[in-house]
Amino acid sequence: MEVSRHWRLRTQRYSLVGEICPNCGVKLFPPRDVCLECEAPAKELFTFTGLGEVYSYTTIYDAPAGFERYVPYTVALVKLAEGPLVTAQLTDVAAEDVQMGMPVEMVTRKLTEDGPEGMIVYGYKFRPISLTA
Amino acid sequence: MNDTQNSLMKTDKPVGIVGYGAYVPRFRLPASEVSKMWTGGTGGVPIQEKAVNGLDEDVVSMSIEAARNALNRAEIDPQLIRAVWVGSESHPYAVKPTSTIVAEAIGAVPHTQAADWEFACKAGTEAMQAAIGFVGSGMARYALSIGMDTAQGRPGDALEYTAAAGGAAILIGSAAEAVAIIEASYSFVTDTPDFWRRAHAQYPSHGDRFTGEPAYFKHIMGAAEALLTGLERTAADYQWAIFHQPNAKFPERAAEMLGFSKAQIQPGLLSPRIGNTYAGSAVIGLTATLDIAQPGDLILMVSYGSGAGSDAFSFRVTDHILAVRDRAPKTEEYITRRQLIDYATYTRYRDKLKMA
Ligand SMILES: [Zn+2]
Repeated sequence: MEVSRHWRLRTQRYSLVGEICPNCGVKLFPPRDVCLECEAPAKELFTFTGLGEVYSYTTIYDAPAGFERYVPYTVALVKLAEGPLVTAQLTDVAAEDVQMGMPVEMVTRKLTEDGPEGMIVYGYKFRPISLTA
Repeated sequence: MNDTQNSLMKTDKPVGIVGYGAYVPRFRLPASEVSKMWTGGTGGVPIQEKAVNGLDEDVVSMSIEAARNALNRAEIDPQLIRAVWVGSESHPYAVKPTSTIVAEAIGAVPHTQAADWEFACKAGTEAMQAAIGFVGSGMARYALSIGMDTAQGRPGDALEYTAAAGGAAILIGSAAEAVAIIEASYSFVTDTPDFWRRAHAQYPSHGDRFTGEPAYFKHIMGAAEALLTGLERTAADYQWAIFHQPNAKFPERAAEMLGFSKAQIQPGLLSPRIGNTYAGSAVIGLTATLDIAQPGDLILMVSYGSGAGSDAFSFRVTDHILAVRDRAPKTEEYITRRQLIDYATYTRYRDKLKMA
């Protein structure tokens, strides 16, 4: 596991920090430093609310290395309330209960771990909005 | 100490709870499942069911959610938090703080203190006391204290019925912004070998009959009585009380010994429905009580940690509670959001297969 790569991604991974274009106002996730709409430099940080809805999804039964213990799990393309689409695992929901358009919210969970002695990687997942605030 | 009035722990500057947030994972293991597995379903059970964390949850992820709830209630800039302190006996790493990950996730880094606290089930309240001192001395404007656990009992041990997952985050700040003002606290500690886990052991050990009188009751009563005496109060002056909850019976008996009624402890008595959340136990009882308390109410909270000691706190709820309460999910919402699991699923979630 590349500890340094996971470490560099921690801010965007833990709390969904992306960027906003100072020129046209488009919000970017993941951060890419250049606006997808107008190609202006976009390095101003923007923290997303974490609210969105399921745009599409698929259930994983044959997981890549490091994710075996979570099967079956659902990976979704989530449309964030601010616009961008983000790929993420859904949590706190059974695969058969996932629906297109389902409102979801971001939570920070364990993504994977490098065996019993390695680093634990935390990051965003999405769950159905079931609590009121 | 003869003069308890002078020995109360009070701050120079008045401080209080400016934000609070609970977290309980959604899975519940009924005690009847444990009893079916080990005793064929005969005999009584100490609680109805306990909260169990999912495969992707640990003290870090659970603390982050509770902390976000506390921040949503307080509506402050996380950069103003000068300490993030997490008390637990199930930190995911033996070496590498839980608190730095939580501080990073809530946006409190890098100009902050961070540390993990340990003292069995009272690690959360000692972090809270330290936060009170940090803010009360003027060293910090805000300090975040968290009590959170994913407790485990050895398969077949009595603790397996109750060892549960959950907890709460308490943000301390000035009394002027507080939803509950901290009047005073009091700690009572002795060397008592009622429960322990050695450095490389997976499950704790306990001194069986040692757990009641010389451990839990002695320290709970020692801290509570000194605090009440120092404040010149009795149970009748308080609307609500919370005692550490290793099961349902102990806090009920402690309440009775101090003169509190069942109604006074009812809102914060969560162990029958979520189990013993260890370092989370007293503080999540407090968040549940703050969710229903009215301005002017007095609340007594007394934690207990094996080894052994108790921290007692007296709070006075302010008008501000009414504005802040609905800004984050209530403790009760987390408790009613539940999915039952059987013992086999529990075994998978808690990685117990290797013990077989
Ligand atoms: Zn642009």
